[in-house]
Amino acid sequence: MPINRTISRGLSLLLLCFVSSAFLCLPYTVSAKQFITLASTTSTDNSGLYQFILPKFTKKTGINVRVVAVGTGQALRIARNGDADVLIVHHRSSEEKFVADGYGIERFDLMYNDFILVGPKNDPARIKGLTGIDAALQKIASSKTLFVSRGDDSGTHKRELSLWRRQNIDPRRQSGTWYRETGSGMGATLNTAGAMKAYTLTDRGTWLAFKNRFRLVIVVERVPPLKNQYGVIRVNEKRHPHVKTKLAQKFIDWLLSPEGQAAIGSFRINGQVLFTPNAKSGPTR
Amino acid sequence: MSKPSILPLELDNVTYAVSGKPLVRDVSVSLAKDTRTIILGPNGAGKSLLLRLCHGLIAPSAGKIRWQGKSDQNPAHHQAMVFQRPVMLRRSAAANIAYVLALHRIPKAERKDLIDEALALAGLSDLANRPARVLSAGEQQKLALARAWVTKPQVLFLDEPTASIDPAATYAVENTIETIHAHGTKIIMTTHDLGQARRLADEVLFFHQGRMIEQTPARTFFGQPKSALGQAFLRGELLWQEDGDAN
Amino acid sequence: MLDFTSAISKATGLVISLDPDLVEIVLLSLKVSLSAVFLATLVGLPLGAAVALYRFPGRTGLIILLNAFMGLPPVVVGLIVYLLLSRAGPFGVFGLLFTPTAMIIAQTILIIPIIAALTRQTIEDLWEEYAEQLRSFGASATRALPTLLWEARFSLLTAILAGFGRASAEVGAVMIVGGNIDHVTRVMTTAIALEVSKGDLALALALGLILILLSLSINAAVYLIRDTAHRNHLS
Repeated sequence: MPINRTISRGLSLLLLCFVSSAFLCLPYTVSAKQFITLASTTSTDNSGLYQFILPKFTKKTGINVRVVAVGTGQALRIARNGDADVLIVHHRSSEEKFVADGYGIERFDLMYNDFILVGPKNDPARIKGLTGIDAALQKIASSKTLFVSRGDDSGTHKRELSLWRRQNIDPRRQSGTWYRETGSGMGATLNTAGAMKAYTLTDRGTWLAFKNRFRLVIVVERVPPLKNQYGVIRVNEKRHPHVKTKLAQKFIDWLLSPEGQAAIGSFRINGQVLFTPNAKSGPTR
Repeated sequence: MSKPSILPLELDNVTYAVSGKPLVRDVSVSLAKDTRTIILGPNGAGKSLLLRLCHGLIAPSAGKIRWQGKSDQNPAHHQAMVFQRPVMLRRSAAANIAYVLALHRIPKAERKDLIDEALALAGLSDLANRPARVLSAGEQQKLALARAWVTKPQVLFLDEPTASIDPAATYAVENTIETIHAHGTKIIMTTHDLGQARRLADEVLFFHQGRMIEQTPARTFFGQPKSALGQAFLRGELLWQEDGDAN
Repeated sequence: MLDFTSAISKATGLVISLDPDLVEIVLLSLKVSLSAVFLATLVGLPLGAAVALYRFPGRTGLIILLNAFMGLPPVVVGLIVYLLLSRAGPFGVFGLLFTPTAMIIAQTILIIPIIAALTRQTIEDLWEEYAEQLRSFGASATRALPTLLWEARFSLLTAILAGFGRASAEVGAVMIVGGNIDHVTRVMTTAIALEVSKGDLALALALGLILILLSLSINAAVYLIRDTAHRNHLS
């Protein structure tokens, strides 16, 4: 019996050590460093861009950048609430409204990439050979081929809807038939499209980093309507006095500087450049 | 005992009813110091309920219960109770006794001696550190007695304490009860075992269907009970009929 | 099926090499969930015991509420806590959003009902057994409360484990209030969600396997302790 008691005590001690190590071993220095919060989109983050360029900024300035990557709508909401210091999204009209409403100081062009239309390898809608996104979308709608939409009010989603609108089509009226809305991020939507053998619109960044392609291939790319412009905005400290104005401004200055722009331009996946830096010399409203 | 005695215990027309049905009817009795009072009667006579009423676990529907002339008394002070099936805390035998002492705010320094004394009285000194739940039924009941006695109550209630244990353990328990009585505690005990009643009683309260039929010194009762029901009970008859006024 | 085999080999590789990112994520997951369990136990145990032992107006309603809230959707709790902690919200001044503290708060709220409801049931059942004896000793319900909690310690341990299971398995609450920030608020479940959204299903599965293994180990350890105590007849 004494042996059993020892085992019990020993195990309790082990469990206690295990538990307390979880508390003690964590580096608390993270909170001691300076940091700013960047609200951005999942598609941007999932590409790996931030993991590439942010360490360069931190190394230079000692400022950590904490990225909260959510859908465009949520990123705007977070910045609006003052829960972030900097906003980077890719929907110009929303960004301009953000500044016009007084939540942001100024909007700057930062970089651009593009959207691509992907679809099943066997091309059920017979789009191959057609030129341009307009013809492709028309064909998909008229043949009622499966199309998956993010349906989450994100930048990608808004772009997708505006592309449909160019054909005077509102596919949401037929939601649930050939047009399926996932209400999710790009990755989940690509998963769904692949599994359903459907077409979908995606940003190139997510696509290049996406590992689960399910025999999806690029169907339409590199046409002007598919250009995807990113903007960066500093959250207005007049609305939210606690915002880290100085640090946020340093970050934006770096992003727009030749150094930051070069960092963005040197980010590659499989040798392909993903984001083309295009900061101008002054702000764009 | 330097403390003032809480006895005699007086019941004055005490009735206890549940959903209108009286289970203890109109009991008036006075219980004095020193005697070993055994409450005897068939099952369902209301014996256990009477104990709980006296101990303060339930309140009478009518009538008064008075200790030493006063109407209210905290059951914890000066009284203790042992139940038919004792509830042991999940700790050692000694720790069970220590728990009661802690409840009564006995200073820690005094506890060890009191615990040793109580264990010795119950013959459990060897089992002090044994988990109480692994003790046999008889040992647990002895521990319950030790636990009840450690605060030196003036009155000890016992509700069929040996109904669930074997003869050898019963013998030991009865001896412990007698020892406790010898130390100055009044015993009020229920039983339906005639032999036990014969062995232990100084006086007998005979109950039937909620009423106290008679209160008689033991020797008289076991010679010739005053009441017809008592006599029938002693003869071993099954008292199943609803009676009118018993004598 | 290819995903499963590559997941298992990935998982083994990560664990054996003690991949630093993995270690960081695991430690943070443990820190958040264990803290939440600790705080929830501190509140839930006495709360459950009190509801079991005392009678008061609205008691039945409270019991139903506690039982129902065992099934609180984590994402709803996360949303509510986000609204409370956001700078635009009432507690914004503390700047707790997107920190592990916010995650601990959300998970604590999530599992208090589990621990309280299970405690309440256990203590109520136990009180039925103990009430007469303890009252005979002169213990009021208040005095009996800590005694009953100690008597029920092994059943209560199961309740606490249930709370821990819920906390370590949920993703909805910690995702919203934590933001899944790399090296700051990324835990096992949010990391898995992230890898799924990136399409790296094998890695997501690997992390999932590790999470399950972690939970199994903790439960096994606790069970062993309980079992040895049982065999020591300490229960």
